[in-house]
Amino acid sequence: MAQITMARALNTALRDAMEADDRVVLLGEDVGTLGGVFRITDGLLKDFGEQRVMDTPLAESAIMGVSIGLALRGYRPVPEMQFDGFSYPALDQIISHLAKYRNRSAGTQPMPVVCRIPYGGAIGAVEHHSESPEAIYGHTAGLKVVTPSSAADAYSLLRQSIESDDPVIFLEPKRRYWAKQEVDLPVSTEPIGKARVLREGSDLTLVAYGPMVKVAMDAAEAAQEEGVGSLEVIDLRSLVPLDDATLVASAAKTGRMVVVHEAPQFLGMGAEVAARVSEAAFFHLEAPVLRCTGLDIPYPPARLEEAHLPGVDRVLWTVQRSLDF
Amino acid sequence: MDQTDEQVRLLGEDGTLLQHDTYKVDLTDEDLCDLYRQLVVVRRIDVEGNNLQRQGQLGIWAPCLGQEAAQVGSARALRPDDFVFPSYREHGVVYVRAGMEVLSVLGLYRGANLSGWDPQRHKLAQYSIPIGTQALHAVGYAIGAKWDGAEVCAVAYFGDGATSEGDVSEAFNFAAVHSAPVVFFCQNNQWAISVPLAKQMAGPVYKRAFGFGFPGVQVDGNDVLAVYAVTRAAAERARDGAGPTLIEAITYRLGAHTTTDDPTRYRTSDELDMWKAREPIGRYRAFLERAGLWTEALEGEVQAEADRVAAEVRATVEHMPDPPLSDLVDHVYADPPATLMAQWRQLEEFEAQFQAEG
Repeated sequence: MAQITMARALNTALRDAMEADDRVVLLGEDVGTLGGVFRITDGLLKDFGEQRVMDTPLAESAIMGVSIGLALRGYRPVPEMQFDGFSYPALDQIISHLAKYRNRSAGTQPMPVVCRIPYGGAIGAVEHHSESPEAIYGHTAGLKVVTPSSAADAYSLLRQSIESDDPVIFLEPKRRYWAKQEVDLPVSTEPIGKARVLREGSDLTLVAYGPMVKVAMDAAEAAQEEGVGSLEVIDLRSLVPLDDATLVASAAKTGRMVVVHEAPQFLGMGAEVAARVSEAAFFHLEAPVLRCTGLDIPYPPARLEEAHLPGVDRVLWTVQRSLDF
Repeated sequence: MDQTDEQVRLLGEDGTLLQHDTYKVDLTDEDLCDLYRQLVVVRRIDVEGNNLQRQGQLGIWAPCLGQEAAQVGSARALRPDDFVFPSYREHGVVYVRAGMEVLSVLGLYRGANLSGWDPQRHKLAQYSIPIGTQALHAVGYAIGAKWDGAEVCAVAYFGDGATSEGDVSEAFNFAAVHSAPVVFFCQNNQWAISVPLAKQMAGPVYKRAFGFGFPGVQVDGNDVLAVYAVTRAAAERARDGAGPTLIEAITYRLGAHTTTDDPTRYRTSDELDMWKAREPIGRYRAFLERAGLWTEALEGEVQAEADRVAAEVRATVEHMPDPPLSDLVDHVYADPPATLMAQWRQLEEFEAQFQAEG
């Protein structure tokens, strides 16, 4: 087994997908010569050439609109938005066209486009570089929204996304890019749409995804060590489709649930999970589903982000509120 | 914007054939007569669209009255394997390219579908209602076609208002950088709903192309022969690998923006009358007469064909069934989420109550 980073796993997934299918093309700002600002496309220009790894003009709407046109020509484009906060100029193309094209063509025209977006905070960045826009994409019918938390999932979910005939918003937790995992590539993990129970527990379920999975796992470990309780941890992996069944089964088992995410709470994934679990596991619940999330504010300056983002202590504090209910 | 000396014209307003150094008419007599048929049929389809909306058969209609030459002339200059990216008023383009697929367009305006056609069948993308967005799709398609070594071009249709949208400028730039085989076809019909050209822009559309690094040409959009010649040259240039061209076809929206619009609130009858005098079909018929191609027999055939198409449009729309309820969910995903399917089963259960009572 090799120790590899999520960044390396993503890079390898792109390389393997491009080798497997010559209709797979990459495009975005600085993805070519530079290899991307996070080096996710490092070395690919050299090996696949300018036609398949395209440094585009600095225009996000164009990157997405051109990707749609390439898909109409039979390509499988993998556009990169350089940062979460810069994906917004492409929203019109994503919402009005990418998400709707299959439906608007009565199912005749697939849109196999994977839009990669580094997202989330905790990297000390200047504003617009730390956002968590998953609810915007998740609220847009026609899209799949996927986010890995480990190198193995990063590889497998990206390969699956590129093979999908539905458009995928692929959210990469940038604070986890350099985290290492023992894994041999290629690796195949659960399909898109399946959550994974990362840690079994009996007292409460922590639900997390992307950057918060590590925080949830650390919190569960601390809860065990400190005698707070036995926490189950679910990594959603895929926000759309959402794995209802795994969430409900776990809530039914533990009777308590806390959803953790960086994104603002209001109309967020936590609300969706809470509503679904309340509806399907109402009589199993010992406490209302609680949320431990970012505040409903514009992303704060870096020196305040620690307070804004859920950390192990705030997760444990929320867990205690649920246990005390 | 009025007609300028720079504008390419092959027909005088009285139908006289004009000489041009670059652009020539090279259509056979048969083609010239068929062009007339297409212009007349397109106008009739448009009339039917308006009528059907007034009769409650369509929810809305976006008339193309006055723009027939720009649409028919340009569409006719393309090959079947070129790819067309229309806006939402290109009924003439659809008719020329895809014949009675224009019925799907009526279905769209009836509220029976969301465009609904297979874009690959006639190399005709869905109507694009978000303004100017389709220009980028054309660029992407064109870049892909170039990579494939295909000798085809992509054509993006949009209006004068769309040139104010960022996507259109982004498309110009992207296409230029990649020398993409695209024809940008702007129908400058003088009005973006109620906003006149003078409030939309301060310089002519076609000149923007030069700033982006490719040629632009202004053509009399009510001169079907000039539109045909200019588009054919731009499409050939694109297919030959010489990159994009921007065509600005000066025309006029003689009808309302849509059937919900009231143009008397923002434009004068004098202006309308001036442009009615320049409308494209009368001018083209005058040309055919001068060329000795117009006959009573031709007129009879053309009107009969227009009658036939109009009857088919009316009959189809009046009997167009509502889409099945399953259209709500069937085509959203190739692989639909279980949560969506659960919603669908719940809706079916809800609906079933009424069928049981029914």
